[in-house]
Amino acid sequence: MNNPNRLDDGSEWTFDKLDSYHDKIKAIAQRYRLDTYPNQIEIITSEQMMDAYSSVGMPIGYSHWSYGKKFIQTQQGYHRGQMGLAYEIVINSNPCIAYLMEENSMTMQALVIAHACYGHNSFFKNNYLFTTWTDADSIIDYLVFAKQFIAQCEEKHGIEAVEDLLDSCHALMNLGVDRYKRPTKISIHDELMRQQEREEYLQSQVNDLWRTVPKPAPDDALIKQRFPSEPQENILYFIEKNAPLLLPWQREVMRIVRKISQYFYPQKQTQVMNEGWATFWHYTILNTLYDDGHVGEKFMLEFLHHHTNVVHQPAYNSPHYSGINPYALGFSMFIDIRRICEDPTEEDYHWFPDIAGSDWLDTLHFACKNFKDESFISQYLSPHLIRKMKLFSVTDDSDNDFVLVDSIHNETGYRAIRENLANQYNLSNLEPNIQIYDVQVDGDRSMTLRYYPHQSVPLGDSIEQMLKHLYRVWGFEVKLEQKNTDGEIETLATCPTRAKKS
Amino acid sequence: MAHFIDRRLNGKNKSSVNRQRFIRRNKAQIKRSVSDAVTDRSVTDIDTGEQITIPRKDLHEPFFHQGQGGVRERVHPGNDKFQRGDKIERPKSGGAGDGSGEGQASDTGEGSDEFSFEISRDEYLDLLFEDLELPNLEKKETTNIEDCKIVRAGYSSVGLPNNINIIRSLRKSQARRIALCASKRRELRVLEQRLSELLALSPNETNALEITQLEIDISALKKHIERVPFIDDFDLQFNNYIKQPNPSSQAVMFCLMDVSGSMDQATKDIAKRFYILLYLFLSRNYQKIEVVYIRHHTQAKEVDEQEFFYSQETGGTIVSSALKLMHSIQQSRYPAQQWNVYAAQASDGDNWSDDTPLCHQLLQQQILPNMRYFSYIEITNHSHQSLWDAYEKLTKTQPAFAIKHIKEVSDIYPVFRALFSKKTAR
Repeated sequence: MNNPNRLDDGSEWTFDKLDSYHDKIKAIAQRYRLDTYPNQIEIITSEQMMDAYSSVGMPIGYSHWSYGKKFIQTQQGYHRGQMGLAYEIVINSNPCIAYLMEENSMTMQALVIAHACYGHNSFFKNNYLFTTWTDADSIIDYLVFAKQFIAQCEEKHGIEAVEDLLDSCHALMNLGVDRYKRPTKISIHDELMRQQEREEYLQSQVNDLWRTVPKPAPDDALIKQRFPSEPQENILYFIEKNAPLLLPWQREVMRIVRKISQYFYPQKQTQVMNEGWATFWHYTILNTLYDDGHVGEKFMLEFLHHHTNVVHQPAYNSPHYSGINPYALGFSMFIDIRRICEDPTEEDYHWFPDIAGSDWLDTLHFACKNFKDESFISQYLSPHLIRKMKLFSVTDDSDNDFVLVDSIHNETGYRAIRENLANQYNLSNLEPNIQIYDVQVDGDRSMTLRYYPHQSVPLGDSIEQMLKHLYRVWGFEVKLEQKNTDGEIETLATCPTRAKKS
Repeated sequence: MAHFIDRRLNGKNKSSVNRQRFIRRNKAQIKRSVSDAVTDRSVTDIDTGEQITIPRKDLHEPFFHQGQGGVRERVHPGNDKFQRGDKIERPKSGGAGDGSGEGQASDTGEGSDEFSFEISRDEYLDLLFEDLELPNLEKKETTNIEDCKIVRAGYSSVGLPNNINIIRSLRKSQARRIALCASKRRELRVLEQRLSELLALSPNETNALEITQLEIDISALKKHIERVPFIDDFDLQFNNYIKQPNPSSQAVMFCLMDVSGSMDQATKDIAKRFYILLYLFLSRNYQKIEVVYIRHHTQAKEVDEQEFFYSQETGGTIVSSALKLMHSIQQSRYPAQQWNVYAAQASDGDNWSDDTPLCHQLLQQQILPNMRYFSYIEITNHSHQSLWDAYEKLTKTQPAFAIKHIKEVSDIYPVFRALFSKKTAR
């Protein structure tokens, strides 16, 4: 069986082979209408992979001890054989940068090219969260700018000062994103950014907080103006714009951390979809490669071995179980959507009247573009898949000394399971909802934050340390309150801690 | 459209800055580990790297996260036995029932309480000897340029045959040959062309004469060219070497120890650790170090390391015997112009009291002028005796002389640091 189209399937890779595999994969991807940024594929060693790891996958990052810590951890884990390195890292940029490790065999490289350069890449380019929130064109430039800026700050103000500020900013990083507000335009080319920065600085000069000269109230009956007029969820942003004592460079550093946090926010929200999409496409593309006769059984066996490892989902009682594997869930869901389109059952017509029997490619592209994990699951998780994965839902109420199985994979449980699983990926349920509630503009400038517990889940034990970080950046007293379900306000902590007001 | 880039040749230590930052941040703890290591570890492996352990809480990067409690809904896969409404005993926290996505799971990575990692030998020694300096080092630069080393210094037209530089010589010979023959060759080419033109025409009387003449000229020119020698005396080029003054970078370290009956093995161990620290410290500053071991009771003897540290003698103590021996060894084998001389003396303070003034005199007049640094450590739990008092007087006048008192093992490193700490200008 000598097929002229057959690619060399020896396990050693060479640049020529990479090229020819890539051409074939690209052709197939185009057949499936995958719309991608141009690819920039970089071959790196495992050490370089560890470097990339420890800087959260950013190709350029400013220096900070926490990255050093992460690097040491990664290196130890790898050298002791406790963990393998990821097969790939891919960066949401234009051109899309993907790393291949030199240790990998040709099959793995092909898998990674299909997975990262066509799967993730097309997801980055098309998913609404990424297109609204991130700017793939300028991220690398921005990271370069950030690195240089922070290095300059270190020269001017000392490593210590910058490090302290970065520590605090990193601690507040999760609270430095706009969750609900849509950005007007996120394009951040240097010129524009600086101009904006100047504007903002001028603006801050006329901010309420700066008006410290006491004015006699013309009318005592006038109700005290609240500041901020509405609670603020983006704490880093609020502090950056309003903290009275911050120096301009400190505001810029906060802005950098905030921007990077915002850049990664869509990735946190689309873990299942993103990985599922990429896994679905490497599976589909490489199978097509085989169907077209470009690769043989040897290639496919090795590929399937890796693939099944990736999508393996241990059961709840397995010692390897650590929650739901996003690769497995996402992959199964996309496969399932294709099945619903191509081979719908009676049940599917009932549950998914709009997609059952439709063109699978159209449906899949639509799903990729318009959802995040939470909405994707609540839209597309089918009873068929719930049965296949034998999902069951458990309620854990700390008031009881048992946990309750409230739904299993049966007719009465499908909807509840789907809803619960979707909620499990709703970041606003997972991350504590803390907002800036009040700032004493004409008093002692103290800031009050309020925590709104979700299903009465309390805050973890980091409160005191976090308040110290908040105090460091805000510069005045910081107070954290919790609003309980009965509407009662409970003070959790203040910083600096002080005895009762005399 | 795709673009393959081979990044493997790029530097792999992108994170080394971050690693340095990490070490810098945790310097206090790391330093504690390092100084513990000096006292805890066996003396022989003192200069390998070190396992550093830092309490995890100091490395904590806090963030707001949800705590235990409240109502949680979790979906798990692989139901094999549960029905709706089943009540299950709550699994121990952190068990399989917890699932992913909870804020806590990821904040520490592994669950252990301590974070430990290796630092390399260099990092270890850097930390061990940070802020320390060799006393009186500035002298070396001004007075100690006696030693020379031979370095390459271009080319010369005279020299020994074994230093001939063949490429340079042949290049010169070629240049000379071109210079001497170029005009002749040009002439030759013209004549030869003329000759071949004439030969191409039909031979007749008129040009036969010219042909003969041309042939004579050509052979004359050829002979002339041949006479230019292929290589000549003045073509020769030799590699040139000159002597360059070389600041001495070798040191000798004298270890003096009292091995009289009063020194027990524990005391000697303390002394040994101190010597090793000194050796390591010197080895970071000098390329070559020799160590001379001198032990003494009433008589001094130069011995090897094994005997120095582990043999036991009895009898009284005369310190001056060791000082005398050291002085004579130094004079004969380690002239002060070529060697940086350091000495460390360890003793429990015992000395025959009549000998003490002699020690004082020897040190002051003969020994210290040749020394970079002489440190005396007294390892005892008792009160000082006459030797300490005499030495103490010396420290007032001799900047290169220092004495310190060690009571137990944990004093070694602090004392060492105190002896070599960076001093501001006196």
